[in-house]
Amino acid sequence: MSERDVLEYDVVIVGAGPAGLAAAIRCKQKAPLKQICVLEKAAEIGGHTLSGAVIETGPLDQIIPNWRDAPPPVCVDAVQDKFRWLTRDHSITLPTPPQQQNHGNVIVSLASLVAWLGEHAEELGVEIYPGFPAADVVFDDTGRVAGVVTPDMGLDRNRQPKPGFAPGVEIRAPITVFAEGCRGHCSKQLIQRFELDRDADPQTYGLGLKELWQLPAGRATPGLSVHTIGWPLDNAVYGGGFIYHLDKDRVAVGFVVGLDYADPRLDPFEVFQQYKHHPSIARLLEGGEVVAAGDRSLVEGGWQSLPTTEMPGAILLGDGAGTLNVPKIKGVHTAMTTGILAGDHLAGDRGSVGFDTVIRHSEVGQELYRVRNIRPGFRRGLWPGLANAAWETALGGRSPWTLPNRADWRAMRSLTETDDDAPPQRAEYRHRELPPATRESSVYYAQTEHDENQPVHLQILEPDICMTRCREEFGNPCTRFCPAGVYEVVDDAAGEPHLQINAANCVHCKACDIKDPYQIINWVTPEGGAGPTYYNL
Amino acid sequence: MKVLVAIKRAIDYNVRIQIRGDASGVVTEGVKHSVNPFDEIALEQAIRWQETGDADDVIAVTIGSESAVDQLKTAAAFGCRRVIHIAADREVQPPVAARLLANVAEAERVDVLLMGKQAIDDDCGQTGPMTAARLGWPQASFASHIELQSSSARVTRELDDGLETLDVDLPAVITTDLRLCEPRYLRLPDIMRGKKQTIERRSIDEFDVSEAPSLELERVTAPPKRTRGQLVNDSDALIAELQNRQLL
Repeated sequence: MSERDVLEYDVVIVGAGPAGLAAAIRCKQKAPLKQICVLEKAAEIGGHTLSGAVIETGPLDQIIPNWRDAPPPVCVDAVQDKFRWLTRDHSITLPTPPQQQNHGNVIVSLASLVAWLGEHAEELGVEIYPGFPAADVVFDDTGRVAGVVTPDMGLDRNRQPKPGFAPGVEIRAPITVFAEGCRGHCSKQLIQRFELDRDADPQTYGLGLKELWQLPAGRATPGLSVHTIGWPLDNAVYGGGFIYHLDKDRVAVGFVVGLDYADPRLDPFEVFQQYKHHPSIARLLEGGEVVAAGDRSLVEGGWQSLPTTEMPGAILLGDGAGTLNVPKIKGVHTAMTTGILAGDHLAGDRGSVGFDTVIRHSEVGQELYRVRNIRPGFRRGLWPGLANAAWETALGGRSPWTLPNRADWRAMRSLTETDDDAPPQRAEYRHRELPPATRESSVYYAQTEHDENQPVHLQILEPDICMTRCREEFGNPCTRFCPAGVYEVVDDAAGEPHLQINAANCVHCKACDIKDPYQIINWVTPEGGAGPTYYNL
Repeated sequence: MKVLVAIKRAIDYNVRIQIRGDASGVVTEGVKHSVNPFDEIALEQAIRWQETGDADDVIAVTIGSESAVDQLKTAAAFGCRRVIHIAADREVQPPVAARLLANVAEAERVDVLLMGKQAIDDDCGQTGPMTAARLGWPQASFASHIELQSSSARVTRELDDGLETLDVDLPAVITTDLRLCEPRYLRLPDIMRGKKQTIERRSIDEFDVSEAPSLELERVTAPPKRTRGQLVNDSDALIAELQNRQLL
């Protein structure tokens, strides 16, 4: 294999999301001479970015003060909130929790917001290279992070070069910023290597599924955001749905399932599709069309799961570290704020040292600390969780205790431990009519693409487990928690079942890497530019 | 030998096309655009000639809005030493594109004008042949193999019923087909270099092409949706149903 080129920058940022771009913009504003390189695995900035999303605009005011003069392409003032509890046939309006009152916030598409942020960054002279992921971390002789390497392009399934092969390049900088988003694969490696989570609880996650719908004219109520709890989940599973009404007769509809669910038979994709068939929602969607769809994991661990955000030569930002505020269901403002703090820190040539203290003492740290007990309170179910949330909210987080988090994959119970009957809510599932009917057709709306003849980017570390222990104990839950149909059990030529990995379907949500009960699925980055293509999601 | 490659900015082949609500066209805002894939093949071929020494100068040209500069940066990343942007903020149909490209080809005294056999957005496939006609040059379309000689080129053309090989005198217009070659993976340092390359700026207003478009777009609509099929139990039921619908 040919020698790698080495490129040198003052700062290299992995991930052109809200955190990474805010860091780049702020750093360039404070220190215009710094050469900043941003790597992004999607073919276009925002192509892998998916969120609700109702956002707080404080960080935008900070880095682009006149942003309202030329706002991002999808940006609607949030004017009305509703909070509902769903049963199978009914929808009961509850008082909106204070954290979910969105007056003053805006509903955006995060994919188009980051594309727009990217333009601002490029105007300042930040170099952004979409289509080039960080495949691996580069360390110097002392073990310090020295940069990253982009993947080799044009390898076949067996890692042999194809015609047109282009080796990856090393990008080195005195400081590397990892802003990969939830469960970034370099961040995961670094957290282990530097034991950044030594003093933290395990990180916990949720899986978000989302669709953008074009409705018949006049049906949407621009600026209305609806959050729901209850059906189709039972009270044991944390999660809920959202419906955000945009302009131009569009609505974003989505569902988040806490990945600490216990029943291996739970199928988040089916839960979301059922959700859309609740009478109150089906009424809204019927006659409309799906425009786009996608899935992405989100971090839920909050304060007690926050790893140390600095290590020699590098820092972690945003969801890559885990700064989402669960009760608010918002992580964009906190991610951007960590970016802004990083921008200030980097402009001051302080390296990585002291960054973790900055984050913990910042408004982000304080915000996460105040709500730290709310998400873990749902471990005992919906109603105790809501009662605990009310208590914590009334006290402003001043409880003398901190509830612990457990790793999501440990929460899964084996089939023998679960009831013999199907989960109770499944009997109540409706016949589905709204598109997409299947995972495969959902993937079509995510416009995901991977060259089939490349190394498989979903590595099963111990493949023998799949058809033996996992099949018996959990019934191959990967075939259910993956919303894109990547994992499929099919019979081979001899009629024996085996696990087939349809890596080309992958939408980079990372749920498998998180929830697999044996932790033997390792998600690594595929060739640059591969993966979903999200617009307005 | 001097080669001019004409490229077009088109919606990326991987994008799921959406039609505008008012049927005036397809949605292009916020949608990924790339070099038209057939033009990318032309770029690859020209750069291979440059690498083997068959061509000493490869120039890329595109016509279109300011955004089309992105595609010229791609051409520069491939290795084109000069890139020319003809700014046009209105729709450019093949007859006008042909006149503009003929003008550039003549002014630059190129030996080969290379471009894709068609663009994947409008699928016209007319610009190449029209440019050849404008220039009075020979043309070879649908090329799947090209051998450059000193004053001619041997071109294999892909036809419906087989392959045709012909010799064309240079200068000539050659349009490229899918199997000619496979574009390379661009390396990050090349992309960085491409971003910094100077763009030669021209404007459509410098040329005498003020005529009204010859084609008018009436409307763009999606194919009718398939209605749900009907399952019948056996062949008798099928025959009965087909007879019922007067299809048998």
